[in-house]
Amino acid sequence: MPVIAPEKCNGCGLCVSVCYCHALIMVDNIVTIIEIEDCGWCTQCEAVCPTGAISCAFEIVIEEH
Amino acid sequence: MAIQLEFLQSIPYFSGLGPAELHSIEKLIFEKTAERGEIVLLEGEPADGLYFVASGVVKVFKTSAEGKEQILHIVRPGESFNDVPVFDGGSNPASAQAMGPVTLYGIRKSNVETVLRDYPQVALNVIRVLADKVRHLVSLVEDLSFKHVIGRVAKILLEQAGDGKSPGPRLTQQEMAGMAGTAREVVGRSLKALEEQGAVRLDRHRIVITDKEALKEIIEAPS
Repeated sequence: MPVIAPEKCNGCGLCVSVCYCHALIMVDNIVTIIEIEDCGWCTQCEAVCPTGAISCAFEIVIEEH
Repeated sequence: MAIQLEFLQSIPYFSGLGPAELHSIEKLIFEKTAERGEIVLLEGEPADGLYFVASGVVKVFKTSAEGKEQILHIVRPGESFNDVPVFDGGSNPASAQAMGPVTLYGIRKSNVETVLRDYPQVALNVIRVLADKVRHLVSLVEDLSFKHVIGRVAKILLEQAGDGKSPGPRLTQQEMAGMAGTAREVVGRSLKALEEQGAVRLDRHRIVITDKEALKEIIEAPS
């Protein structure tokens, strides 16, 4: 799931504005994930965050044939 | 429309201006809103004005004939876009799309000229803003022209993949960009290119290497 570093969040809300699946909300001026199953992993929240407070990490795996 | 003078003052274009000057400029500003995904400017069309993002985020991008997209800038509140055609008289050099609901403040081209004439401080600010943008674009051109970024990203994927017994580290696109010595936008494009070439599959939060040999060939390909 996207990882949020609350200490880096400046409360600008840009991530919430670009999240098309409404997985993010602001709680007490800090971004919070509410609908984990709905996250489409588009990584736009990470892209727009000006402070690097959101990380959408990828697991890299090799498909065995 | 209620434009906050504090917000105008925070825009680099208007830095150093006093309340009276900002009030005069405020009268020249029009507001425009757009919904998520809406194209707010189309590449090649005549430029109607200069825009500042008041709220939300806008992406400025070029599209190839094949429909491939290269993001040039992600524009956040206080930042401007479509500066170039306002000053050189040409058409919009790139398209701009709202990444979510956005509010924009625009100034028509003719009014920008009036502001520059009336407030020379703005002209100095514009030089700084444009210099920043040139620096950003030079860096992007360097990445896209000289660095075999797709090969570097392919190498990172092979090196960082879990071996089936133990999972490898989880990496963000920003981290991959740092490892490849490039911009995040270029990593996103490289991952898409690797997927189009059938070497990987982007599966939500997983990058699945579907053809290890193809990935190795991409790594070894001359840049």
